Amino acid sequence: MAAITLIEAITQALAYEMRHDESVLVLGEDVGINGGVFRATAGLQQIFGDQRVLDTPLDETTIAGLTVGLATQGMKPIAEAQFDGFMYPMVDHIICHAARMRYRTRGRLTCPMVLRVPWGGGIRAPEHHSEANESIFTNVPGLRVVMPSSPQRAYGLLLAAIRDPDPVIFFEPKRIYRQYKEEVPDDGEALPLDVCFVLRDGSDVTLVSWGSQIKETLETADALAKEGISAEVIDVACLKPLDFDTILQSVKKTGRCVIIHEAAKTAGFGAEIAARLAEEALYDLQAPVERVTGYDTHIPLFRLEMKYLPSVEKILAAVKRCLSV
Amino acid sequence: MPIVANFEIEYLQYLGTDGRLLNDDLPEFAQDKKNVLELFKQMLFVRSFDTKAVALQRTGKLGTYASCLGHEATHIGIGSAMQYDDVFAPSYREYGAMFMRGVKPRDVLMYWGGDERGNNFSGPPHDYAFCVPIATQCLHAAGAALTFKLRGEPRVAVSCVGDGGSSKTDTYAAINSAGAYTLPFILCIINNGWAISVPRKAQTGAKTLAQKGIAGGLHCLQVDGNDIIAVRAAMDHALKLARNGHGGSVIEFVTYRLADHTTADDARRYRDDAEVKSAWEREPISRLRTYLINEKMWSETEEAAWKEECGRLVDIEVNAYLETKVQPVEAMFDYLYGDMPADILAQRADAIAWEKR
Repeated sequence: MAAITLIEAITQALAYEMRHDESVLVLGEDVGINGGVFRATAGLQQIFGDQRVLDTPLDETTIAGLTVGLATQGMKPIAEAQFDGFMYPMVDHIICHAARMRYRTRGRLTCPMVLRVPWGGGIRAPEHHSEANESIFTNVPGLRVVMPSSPQRAYGLLLAAIRDPDPVIFFEPKRIYRQYKEEVPDDGEALPLDVCFVLRDGSDVTLVSWGSQIKETLETADALAKEGISAEVIDVACLKPLDFDTILQSVKKTGRCVIIHEAAKTAGFGAEIAARLAEEALYDLQAPVERVTGYDTHIPLFRLEMKYLPSVEKILAAVKRCLSV
Repeated sequence: MPIVANFEIEYLQYLGTDGRLLNDDLPEFAQDKKNVLELFKQMLFVRSFDTKAVALQRTGKLGTYASCLGHEATHIGIGSAMQYDDVFAPSYREYGAMFMRGVKPRDVLMYWGGDERGNNFSGPPHDYAFCVPIATQCLHAAGAALTFKLRGEPRVAVSCVGDGGSSKTDTYAAINSAGAYTLPFILCIINNGWAISVPRKAQTGAKTLAQKGIAGGLHCLQVDGNDIIAVRAAMDHALKLARNGHGGSVIEFVTYRLADHTTADDARRYRDDAEVKSAWEREPISRLRTYLINEKMWSETEEAAWKEECGRLVDIEVNAYLETKVQPVEAMFDYLYGDMPADILAQRADAIAWEKR
C-alpha cells in the first residue's frame, strides 16, 4: 500500500464514497476538469462524470443554496468552498437553513451535506485565503465542525462526515495538505465524529490543539521530551460536538493544560475548552490554563503572517509558564 | 400575444484584428490620433510591467500574482476615460486602469508581495482597494454611486468584474440597485473567457453578459475589449450618461485571458492550446500597432525605444518594491480601529516584547 498525503486521503475518501453511494455528488468552483485548486477532486470527474462532479458558476451563495436543495431531496452533496475566506456568502444558507432544517421541520426535512473548506494560513497565499474561522461555526447549533490533521484521520473523518445525517463543516488544514505521507487503507472504515484523538500519552502537561497547529504541537512535545517533560497531545479533530471528557480526563491526570490554535484569541474555540476546564476541572488544575493563539487581529498578508501564527517557541514558552506555577 | 418589452444588445468595434478600421466614423477622442497613440504606449507599459511581475513571482520575489496579459486595451480604456473624482472599484487584475488613475506599479507589487501597504496606494484616496472575494466591489460601487446621487455630485462609480464574477449574487444586486435608484454607476464585465478553469459558457445560459443589465433597467452594450477605440468610446458614452443623471450601464468587454488565472494556476490542465493560439491573433496590442504604423503615427524604431524606456520605468518600481523593508510586527495591529482598545494595545505590546525577547 502506497503512503499518501492528507489531500490524497481526501480524494481517496471522496472516491470511495462515490463508488459505494450513488447519491453522493461533488460540487464547487473548479472541482471538475481542474480537480480543485488544491487537487482534492483530481480525477473524480474523469471517473464519475460531470453529473456527479459539477463545476458551479462562480458564486458561493449558489453553491451553498444548491447544496441545501440537493441534500433535502435525497442527494448527499459534498460542496467545496475554494478557500476559507470565501465561505462568508454561504453563511445565510448554512446557518438559517442547513443547520436548522431538521429542527424547524420537526424532522420532516433533513440536510445531510458536507462543506469541505481548505482552512488556515501559512502558505503565503493572497488576502482572504488564510482564515482560521472555525469558531464562527462552532457557535452554530445543529452543525458538526470537523478538522483532521493527518491523512488517516482525514480519510476516516471525511467518510463519517459524508455518512452523517446532518450538515458537517469539514475544515482541511491546507498548510499540512502535503506535509507528510502515511499509509491509509482504502477500506471504507469511518472514524467516529465525536471523539478527540490522543496522539501522545504524557503525564506533566496536556497540549490541546487541532488542524495545522498539530504539527507545531507535536514538535513542541518532542522538544519537551528532550528536557524530560512528558506532554500529552490531544487532537480535538471533532470540535463540535466536543468530546470534552477525553480532555478532562487528561487534565485531571496532568493538572496542566495549554491550548494551541491558529484563530484569533477572543472567542476562539480555545475559550470554550478553557471555560469548561474552569467549570469542571478547577480543583484538578495546578496552574492556570494557557492559550497560544493568533492575535485579535486579521491574519496579516504573508510578509508578516508567520509572526501571527503560533510557533514552537511560543508554545514552549507557554508550557514553561504553565509548569513554573 | 402582444409583446410588452423588446430588448437587444449592440456590439461595438472599430478596429479589426488586422488593424484596419471597420468603421470610419471615429469617436471624438480617436479623431486626434495622438490620443490613441498615448493609450497604445500605456498598453505597452502595462505589458512590460506584467511580464516583469510574473518573472518576479517565478524567482521567489513576489507572491501569487494575477497576470493581466491580453486585457491591456480594456483596462487602459476604462481607466483613461474616468475622471479623478470618479470612484473606481476594481477586482484584482485591472492594473492598467489603476495606473491610469495614479496607482504606482510598486503599490501593485507590494500587495502581491504580501504587504498591506500596497492597498494604501498612490491613486485617488477615494478609490477602493483590490477586491479578492469576487464581485463584492460591485455593490460598494453602487453604494458610492448612491452617495453621489444623494449629494448631487457629478461623479460616477465604476466597477470591474469578470465573466465568472458576473454569476455572483452581488453583481445582480448591484445591477438591480443601480436601476432602482437610477445611479451613476457603470459595471464593466470583463469577459476574458475563463474563471480559473470554468469557461464562460458554463457560467450562465445567457447569450451575452451585457444583457444581465437589462433586468435592472440599465444601458447595456457588448464591446470588443481588445479594441481600445471601442472600449474608450463605450466608456466615454456611459460616463456621460451617468454623469448627466441618465442612469447606469453594464458594458461587457470581450477579451481573453492569455495567461494562467494566477501564477498558482496551470491552465494547460483544462484549456486547449489551440484556443489560446487563436486568441493571440485577436490580442489588443498588435492590431493597434498596425493601425498606428499605417497612420504614420508610430514606427518599429520608436517602439524599440519606448519599450526600453518602459523597462527602465518598471525597474525603478521593482527596485522601490524590493527595497521596502518588511513592516514591524506591530503593523498587524495598526489600523485595526480608529480608537485602539486597551485589550488590543496589550496584545500589541506583547507582540513587540516577543520580537525583542
